[in-house]
Amino acid sequence: MTDLEQQLRAAPMADLDRRGLTTALAQRAGKAALLDVAYAEIDSPIGELIVFVTPRGLLRIKYADEPIEGVLADVAARVSPRILRAPARTDEARHELEAYFGLRRRSFNLPIDWSLVHGFAGRILRRTAGIPFGDVRSYGQLAALAGSPRAARAVGNALGSNPIPIVVPCHRVLHADGGLGGYSGGLDRKRYLLALEGSLPTRD
Amino acid sequence: MSVHLPPFQRLVDDHAAELHRFLVASVGFVDADDCLQETFLSALRAYPRLRHADNLRAWLYTIAQRKATDAVRGHRRHRASDLDGVAEERLASPPPTPGDDALWISVRGLPAKQRAALVHRFVFDLAYRDVGERMGISEEAARQNVSAGLRRLRKEVDR
Repeated sequence: MTDLEQQLRAAPMADLDRRGLTTALAQRAGKAALLDVAYAEIDSPIGELIVFVTPRGLLRIKYADEPIEGVLADVAARVSPRILRAPARTDEARHELEAYFGLRRRSFNLPIDWSLVHGFAGRILRRTAGIPFGDVRSYGQLAALAGSPRAARAVGNALGSNPIPIVVPCHRVLHADGGLGGYSGGLDRKRYLLALEGSLPTRD
Repeated sequence: MSVHLPPFQRLVDDHAAELHRFLVASVGFVDADDCLQETFLSALRAYPRLRHADNLRAWLYTIAQRKATDAVRGHRRHRASDLDGVAEERLASPPPTPGDDALWISVRGLPAKQRAALVHRFVFDLAYRDVGERMGISEEAARQNVSAGLRRLRKEVDR
C-alpha cells in the first residue's frame, strides 16, 4: 500500500450532530412543503405516546406497546412516505394533551386528519369524537346514532380501529350495563382515562 | 404495482452518519453539515416518485456526490469573483477548514466520480465491487475511477 493510500485512509472525521440534523431537516422540509407527516414522542401518565400530525391535523396517536415500525410503515403506505421525526411540529398536540391529562382542558381544539379512517368505522368514530368529557355512551347507543341499531358488535370493531385514541374518545363507550367493554390500548388505560374524567362506572 | 417505500425518517436514521462521513471527506467539515441537509432535502423532494426501493443507499450517495460537487463549484465561483483575475490553481478548491491539509484540498478538486470512488475505497475501506454498488456503477468502472483519481493526486502531491 502506498503512502498516499495510507493518508487517504486516515481521513478527517467529525461526529454527526443528529439533533441538529433533525431540527434543520424538519424546519427546511416544512418550509418547502415536503413534510407530509411529522411525528414525536410525548410523555403521558399512561405511557409514552407517539403523535403523528399532517398539515391537515392530528393523524394518529400510538400507545407504547404498539411497535413503531409497523405504525410508520402503515402511515408511509397509506398517507405518504415523506415522514420525519419533527418534535416542533407536534407542539400543539403536546400542549393540548398535557393540559388534558392535567385536567386543565376538557376538549381538544386540534384539527383531526381523518385520512386513516373510512366507511362505517369512519361514521362511528366521527360520532365518537362528539361525546363530551365526563360523559359516556353505550355501544348500542352509538350503533343507533349511526343508523344501525343492531350493529353494536361492529361498533366495537370500529372503535378498536380508532387511530387517534384519547382525542377521539373511544374510551367513553361502555356496555349498557356499565361493563367496561374493550379497549385497543388495554383496559388499564381505559380505566385511567374514565377515572380522570370522573366517569368510571362504580361497579367496575 | 405500488412501491413500498420505507418512512423517510428510516433513511435518515440508517444513513445519516455514513453520508456525513462521506461528505466530510468530500468537502470538509464546514460544508458537510449543509451538504447533508441538502442531500436529504433533495431526496425527500423526489422520494414519492421513486419507481422502486431497491438500492436507496446508492441513490442517497449519488445525491450526496452531486451536492458535494455543487459545494466545491460554489466555492470555486465565489473565489473567482472575489479575487477577480487572481486565477491560481489553489482557487479551484474550497478554503481550508480545521483538520484539512493539502491532500484533502486536492481530493476536493478531483472530478466528482474520482473523488467519490476514492472516498468509498479508502475512507470506508470497501472492495471495488462495493464501491461500484454504492456509486451505481460497475466494479470495473469503480476501479478505473480510483486509479485515475490516485494518478491525479500523485501528480499534484509530487509537484
